[in-house]
Amino acid sequence: MKTKVLMAILAVVIAGLIAVPWIASYFYVFIFTEILILGLFAASFNLIFGYTGMLSFGHAAFFGIGAYATALVLIHLEWPFLVCLLVSMGASALLALMIGFLSVRLNEVYFAMLTLAFGMMVFAIAYQWRSVTNGSDGLAGFTLGSFGLGLDLTLANPSVYYHVVLGIVAIAAIVLYLICRSSFGMILKAIRQNPERVSFAGLNVRTYRLVAFVIAGTFAGLAGGLIAPFLRVASPELLHWSMSAEPILMAILGGTGFFLGPFIGSAAFVLLETWITTYTESWMLVLGIILAMMVIFFRKGLLGTAIDWWMEVKK
Amino acid sequence: MSNPVLTITNLTKRFGGVTAVSDISLDVMPKETIAIIGPNGAGKTTFYNMVSGRMQPTEGKIMLEGRDITGLPPHKISRLGVSRSFQINNIFPEMTVQENVEVVLSAYHGHSRKLFNIASRNTSIQQEAVEFLKRLGIDSLKAQRAEVISYGDKRLLEIAMVLATQPKLVLLDEPTAGMTPDETRRTTRLIKKLADSGDYTFMITEHDMDVVFNLADRILVMHRGEKLFAGTPEEVKNHPEVRVAYLGEEDDEAVEEANP
Repeated sequence: MKTKVLMAILAVVIAGLIAVPWIASYFYVFIFTEILILGLFAASFNLIFGYTGMLSFGHAAFFGIGAYATALVLIHLEWPFLVCLLVSMGASALLALMIGFLSVRLNEVYFAMLTLAFGMMVFAIAYQWRSVTNGSDGLAGFTLGSFGLGLDLTLANPSVYYHVVLGIVAIAAIVLYLICRSSFGMILKAIRQNPERVSFAGLNVRTYRLVAFVIAGTFAGLAGGLIAPFLRVASPELLHWSMSAEPILMAILGGTGFFLGPFIGSAAFVLLETWITTYTESWMLVLGIILAMMVIFFRKGLLGTAIDWWMEVKK
Repeated sequence: MSNPVLTITNLTKRFGGVTAVSDISLDVMPKETIAIIGPNGAGKTTFYNMVSGRMQPTEGKIMLEGRDITGLPPHKISRLGVSRSFQINNIFPEMTVQENVEVVLSAYHGHSRKLFNIASRNTSIQQEAVEFLKRLGIDSLKAQRAEVISYGDKRLLEIAMVLATQPKLVLLDEPTAGMTPDETRRTTRLIKKLADSGDYTFMITEHDMDVVFNLADRILVMHRGEKLFAGTPEEVKNHPEVRVAYLGEEDDEAVEEANP
């Protein structure tokens, strides 16, 4: 019964998302494109944070390198968009493998600091390697050509691009969800709760942490590949350490214990930012207050709190 | 005469200038239950930590069925067949009791590497998990979150998880510590039954002498990191130094003799 209602709600939400270009203004088409992309970014982050218990402060490195990879391929090779995204995923997977290999051996605050340090190094490279990255201006002036797979899509049309993003994010979310539900995902949850017991069950915890880190980085790279054509630029801000804070905030805001939490967090984050900035410049102050309230009173985030409340009511 | 499961030779652990375990040698024969006793600080847990890979020995050798496992990391030693419980409960608190065992089983069967199966639909692992819970008499708790069950049941759950790795050697670190007398009796009976089944080789540390004499085929008495004596429960009971030091005989003269 309850799962049926939840599935019905989910179906309505998905139908609503599909219908956005027909029922809302262009402005909201852009807003929802951003929500979906950042939602995927946050959901990829939550695989290591909410599930495995690793607080990375360097997740923007993978998001950013995904954006740069797509931008570079579009500028120099003009390959189909789908191929660009695969290049983005490959580039971020490789970077995640390198950073992860050096980071996952450490725990807690040391892991957080090391990922932060690597994130800053990647930012510095993007900022200073002008011949490739165009420095602080970033890479712009690329145009989307074909999509790939022989599909005839006008990607320059924001509504079409929105639907492409929706489709890709949905597929990516399903893949991530399946990983979370798998035996591997169960081990990740076990690692968060008690890494020592997992190693005494015969598993190399470091390997599992690394695999999770690479998967998370790969999907962050996919999100990055989607954001570059949306923003029409791949700039160092996408790699900045403050960008690494966004998936953390979104995951906490939405609820780290639920797969869809980061998506809800992304929606809340982007919509609140949009609405509040029309009234006041001090959006960060309001965000700070909301986050403090969430952490103090609603640990489970918006989604977790809503589900708890609903379970109580339905009893 | 069969070969020993575990052969420990001259095992030593030093922390700076302190020698926590000094020159311990021991053979563990298949299907026997060996107890390690000694006061707090005698080095029992350090000894366990070396055998299970949590700590690197300073000196000495640990052979499991003829294979050198000295200094291997815990996950490798566990894979090779040594599984342990801890003095403090060491479970997955937010999972159900059954899931706790399922985690260990999916590690053991190699399912943990599967990214696209659906863990909650793996009925063979679920049935196997329930079997292990039954063996410990806690299958009625299988759907409970592990953090809410009683302290004693948590300890039994941990033993179920230890057994689920299908070990050649089971190390239990004070399995009845902190239990009520009732729980202690129940747990002792369970371990006795498991030991008598002939499926397991146990090494147990324990403070409760009733439990030790009830379970052990052989007893190793440790004192300040050294082997004081090893023998059958009868021999240990009648050994004068052991009686004085660990069996609570308040005999001042004898204490002076034992600790000159």
